[in-house]
Amino acid sequence: MTATALHAQTMVHFSRKRMTALALPLIALAYFVYIFFAFDIAGLGDRINVGNARTLVSDTYSYKTHVTQDNRDGAFSIAIEGERKGAYETGTAPDWVTLGDRPVADLGGGHIVTFGPQVTYDIPGYGTVVAEPGQRGVQATFPPGDIPDYISASKNRVMINTDAGRLTITRNRTEVFKYNYGWELFFFTLDSPYHGLGPVALLGRAVSGEAGAIFHDFWTNRMWRHGDVAWALYETLLMAFLGTFGAAIIALPLGFLAAKNFTPLRSLRFAARRMFDFLRGVDGLIWTIVLSRAFGPGPLTGALAILLTDTGSFGKMFSEALENVDGKQIEGITSTGAKPLQRYRFGVIPQIVPVLLSQILYFLESNTRSATIIGAITGGGIGLLLTQAIATQKDWEEVTYYIVLIVLMVMAMDSFSGWLRRKLINGDEGGH
Amino acid sequence: MTATSHTNPDRAGIQDSYLALARSKRWMNLVLLILFVALLVGGFNTAGDRNAGGFWDGLPNVLDFPADVIAEAIERGHLLPGYMAKYLPSLIETVNIAAASTLLGAMIGLFLSLMVTRGLAPLPWLVGPLRRVLDLLRAVPEIVIALVLIFMLGGGPVPAMIAIALHTIGALGKLFSEVNENASLKPVEGLASVGASWSQRMWLGVIPQVAPNYVSYALLRFEINIRASAILGFVGAGGIGYDLRNTMSWGQGKFDEAAAIFLLLFLTIVIVDQLSSVFRNRLTHGLPSAKVTL
Repeated sequence: MTATALHAQTMVHFSRKRMTALALPLIALAYFVYIFFAFDIAGLGDRINVGNARTLVSDTYSYKTHVTQDNRDGAFSIAIEGERKGAYETGTAPDWVTLGDRPVADLGGGHIVTFGPQVTYDIPGYGTVVAEPGQRGVQATFPPGDIPDYISASKNRVMINTDAGRLTITRNRTEVFKYNYGWELFFFTLDSPYHGLGPVALLGRAVSGEAGAIFHDFWTNRMWRHGDVAWALYETLLMAFLGTFGAAIIALPLGFLAAKNFTPLRSLRFAARRMFDFLRGVDGLIWTIVLSRAFGPGPLTGALAILLTDTGSFGKMFSEALENVDGKQIEGITSTGAKPLQRYRFGVIPQIVPVLLSQILYFLESNTRSATIIGAITGGGIGLLLTQAIATQKDWEEVTYYIVLIVLMVMAMDSFSGWLRRKLINGDEGGH
Repeated sequence: MTATSHTNPDRAGIQDSYLALARSKRWMNLVLLILFVALLVGGFNTAGDRNAGGFWDGLPNVLDFPADVIAEAIERGHLLPGYMAKYLPSLIETVNIAAASTLLGAMIGLFLSLMVTRGLAPLPWLVGPLRRVLDLLRAVPEIVIALVLIFMLGGGPVPAMIAIALHTIGALGKLFSEVNENASLKPVEGLASVGASWSQRMWLGVIPQVAPNYVSYALLRFEINIRASAILGFVGAGGIGYDLRNTMSWGQGKFDEAAAIFLLLFLTIVIVDQLSSVFRNRLTHGLPSAKVTL
């Protein structure tokens, strides 16, 4: 080949390379343009719910306390997040509320709400709003001048929304929301004697023999349900564990059936392989639906769904690993007069165990995540708690708590399986 | 070995201690095995207790639902092609969610993988923190992000796409960085010596070496993401999963549509798996008749 011909050929190759290098990003771009219109991303701005987003974010790091006065009978109640479980007992109140004939709520920064037949709200820099709820609606008087934007007043309803909190007055009730940072009642609910104690005081009580009671109050916290959450996490891990190892135990013998060098019978091999394809192709989602019809919701259903899907995946992987075993070791074992079962035990198993174990442990980690997802569909474990908390659309602090726990659980599982993998596989190599 | 043991006066002692060691190891293995079996059996019992229906009660009914679905599908078999056409747009949406999120995740993951590979990272102090970010992205199940985003953005494919893409960034970022670590640094050094910028060094020096592995991993991820996309549809993120849930909740007498969706989903997953495995084989082992071209 002459130099010019080589040069020409090289240039053709170069230009082709350049074309593909340019074409690939263009194709990707064209696809994203298509997706932009197919998914109506331009219309996302209209669909986005800013109010929802704001509640979600503020709920994750703060909580609100409802202070409510029934305007018909004067009944007065204080409850965290307005929930029965977080209600203060009659006669008790957080330190920013002063009880009495005319209870006073100090919202901080000079914002003071006084309850009673006549409700007043001192707003710093504006003045005092006086409102009198009654049969004919809410009679409100405002300081002279224009009414600012953060106040909305009508005949039946006055709402004042300041940075310090929110006051709503209607004919039937007067309600104040005060926002505070943190997750209130995380350790103990208000009915527990340990609520509000510092760690040192708690430690002191624990040492003096109340450790069991303290733990009991924490564990049965009705607001955060730590005991139930722990059970849910355990259920999720259980699903992953049972599904993964159950699948591995079932897939191992089937893997031999699908491996070329162990099953000379073509039809048997074909059947085993198609079964693996079927189990994997039907997928966890459909298995979950089918199984939950038979077994009802719960961790067993989730475990079996993982087991079925992974039997397919493991079967395929194991058979591939088995096809790659070294025949010499088996020959060596055979030459000592070993029976078939012994040949498998000492010729094959030691070769494939490290490969299989490492695959199983990878799956164990990823199945922890799958178990969360399957739990959300089939109703078991932490996935169920998460979907329930999201469905209420207000317990976002709990959603955050569950998400943190899920992430920690998956990460712990990741490092655990990594540690076990290193330990077992390196240990095996060291032993030879 | 034999020579030394022959001259060793303690041969019997060594043999004894070896056998004792082997025996204790066997015992240890047996104990571990028993422990493992006990955990498995105990676990199944616990799971069964906490399930709404028990294993043995439910076992005879396992085939009832598939039998119902298949019976209805056969009974109204002539309607199936029509149903498949009806649900084809949803299927395309599901596949699009998976494809867009894989592409998006692979692109961002590729960039991040270069940022977290020691020796290639332009900002070495960012390697540690970015790796933690990737770990975090990988650890969060897609459904968590999707559910939160559905609350904020409403249903539809976008929450699912974002959720799957985030997870894909974490997964592919890690795999890609492992690939990058095996790339030869010589082209990079050559490019650096002629004054190439970081992006040029990566684009021309690293990526051509590892692109086949990237594509192979991305295809594998695409298979996984199709499944994830169907599942997220089931919790309200659009696509075929959403239709599946609706047809399922119509109950008996309407299972023929569910059967059509099952079939569509099954075929899609199998076809994508097969295609991607063919492509991946070709990428890792090369074409049977591949010529060496520039």
